[in-house]
Amino acid sequence: MLEQLPALQVAITLTAAPVVMMLGRASRLAWVLTTLSCWASFAVALLLFNQVADGSVISYEMGGWAPPWGIEYSIDAANAWVLVIIGLISALVMPFARRSVEQEISESRIALFYSAFLLANAGLIGITLTADAFNIFVFFEISALASYALIAMGQDRRAVLSAYQYLIMGTVGTTFLLIGIGFLYIMTGTLNLGDLAARLPEVSDTRTIRAAFGFIAVGISLKLALFPLHLWLPNAYTYAPSMVTVFLSATATKVAIYVLLRFVYGVFGFEFSFVELSMAWLLMPLALLGIVVPSLVAVFQTNVKRLLAYSSVAQVGYMILGISFASVLGLTASILHLFNHAITKAALFMAVGCLVYRLGGVSLTQLAGAGQRMPWTMGAFVVAGLSLIGIPLTAGFVTKWHLLQAALEGGLWPIAVLLLGTSLLAALYIWKVVEAAYFQEPEDSTEVVHEAPLGLLLPTLLLTASTVVFGVFGSFTVQSARTAAAALMGGVP
Amino acid sequence: MNQYIVLRVVSKLMIPVIMIFALYVQFHGEYSPGGGFQAGIVFTAAFIVYTLLYGLEAAQKAISPAVAHALAAIGVLLFIAFGYASMLLGGNFLEYKVLLPNDQAGETFGIIGIELGVGITVAAVALTLFYSFAGRERR
Repeated sequence: MLEQLPALQVAITLTAAPVVMMLGRASRLAWVLTTLSCWASFAVALLLFNQVADGSVISYEMGGWAPPWGIEYSIDAANAWVLVIIGLISALVMPFARRSVEQEISESRIALFYSAFLLANAGLIGITLTADAFNIFVFFEISALASYALIAMGQDRRAVLSAYQYLIMGTVGTTFLLIGIGFLYIMTGTLNLGDLAARLPEVSDTRTIRAAFGFIAVGISLKLALFPLHLWLPNAYTYAPSMVTVFLSATATKVAIYVLLRFVYGVFGFEFSFVELSMAWLLMPLALLGIVVPSLVAVFQTNVKRLLAYSSVAQVGYMILGISFASVLGLTASILHLFNHAITKAALFMAVGCLVYRLGGVSLTQLAGAGQRMPWTMGAFVVAGLSLIGIPLTAGFVTKWHLLQAALEGGLWPIAVLLLGTSLLAALYIWKVVEAAYFQEPEDSTEVVHEAPLGLLLPTLLLTASTVVFGVFGSFTVQSARTAAAALMGGVP
Repeated sequence: MNQYIVLRVVSKLMIPVIMIFALYVQFHGEYSPGGGFQAGIVFTAAFIVYTLLYGLEAAQKAISPAVAHALAAIGVLLFIAFGYASMLLGGNFLEYKVLLPNDQAGETFGIIGIELGVGITVAAVALTLFYSFAGRERR
């Protein structure tokens, strides 16, 4: 059965989705089934990760058709890493989801909600697994369409509008990706990533291939919310249901970054992307602007969810910055940040979800006094916030340290200084929340507000603890990120 | 619109033909243009003609929105079931040739099976979309 794991990885959640959809009003059963399939999917991801941790590659032939004719699923250290991120976050978000979703989604829609969540999950897993360019596009659409539905189910009426914005931008993004893939197909006659990488050098000096590169890079940049293509993200994260924000912020943009890495390093190759087209000169300014501008915007936000959403755009900037160093160390830092930012941001958004559950909203004025009333939730927020800033002994520090090293290795010391400066900006916006929660008196001090229920609190604390664990014992994640970077640099699996 | 006798008679003649044509497209998709997707849409077209003439209530008596919902899920499950079946019989996911002793017969069986799943889902989803637009009250 072990050799069937790659197919099961995507099939488990994909099968659960229609089953859950048929459950209708049995919302509790829907939750149980969704949780079980997310855990099973996480277990499969861990098994796969374990198999490729030594740098080996698994290849799976869908339908028994040999690649490059058939669809191939291939797993190496790089995408197994992303699979673990998706699995971990979905496994932890489900216990959190039960009460949060019961409060935010109407009873009759809960089963449909979980069905859409499972589809989004399966789509993201599929994008990560597949070694077929067209398959990547199809799974992008599956996960994106499900995400639009999930976001639109937010309580605020603006959720529908922000889902629509995301729909337009996301569709433009995937269409660009499809056009790029179409150009590649015209020039090489193949869609398999490994086969593409082998055939592209012959034809790489043509305008079609350069245009394909442009379309793919811009299309994916839209999906990963690279500044200034991030406009869909703040609204989508702000108005989506709490659980959806946790899941999407920790996985959706990360998977898109993985696809960018796969195309840039695996398909087009380092030589073509960075030497011939000097992609670094495009990415670096955008990454730096992407770190500074959204961080500044975040400082002036009054809604904590929106503040964290802008911070997510800035964090994407860090990941792109690592790529733009065009070095193994920079790439390692980016891959490391995929994981470290996923757990940090998921912990923060979970804490926000707890606050929403008890307070009904998370504008800074509503937060007043939350530090005393919900000590565990706010404690988790502060610790995860420290990780976001990059304080030593947290996961965020491990990445910032590697980014700094990569910048210094490339002799780019102004960027190193800038990195330290932007950490201060992060400290500023986290401080705004801390100040509101701990140092402001609540308007109505007689009102009794309890700590969040255990079902919400436990996953939040677990994720927060993991940001510290992976900060103190960073060697495991760093080693995995190094193997992943080596796998990407070495070409397509 | 059911007071127009011409429309009523013509549609009564046409609807069964459209449905049979849908089934033809469905089961010939394997070696001629067509397949589950097209067949599903053609099938729903027959339903839409019926709804336009006799009203939404009459159509929903035949296939209620809840049934259409369930059918959409069942079609997908049918597709996936073929994937699991070939996995259990020792092949890869969706490797139809292991389904029957004869390789070629297995391939044909598998393709017809998944196409049926696609057809059911597409017809049910198209019908659900039509119902939700047609069932909208004017405000």
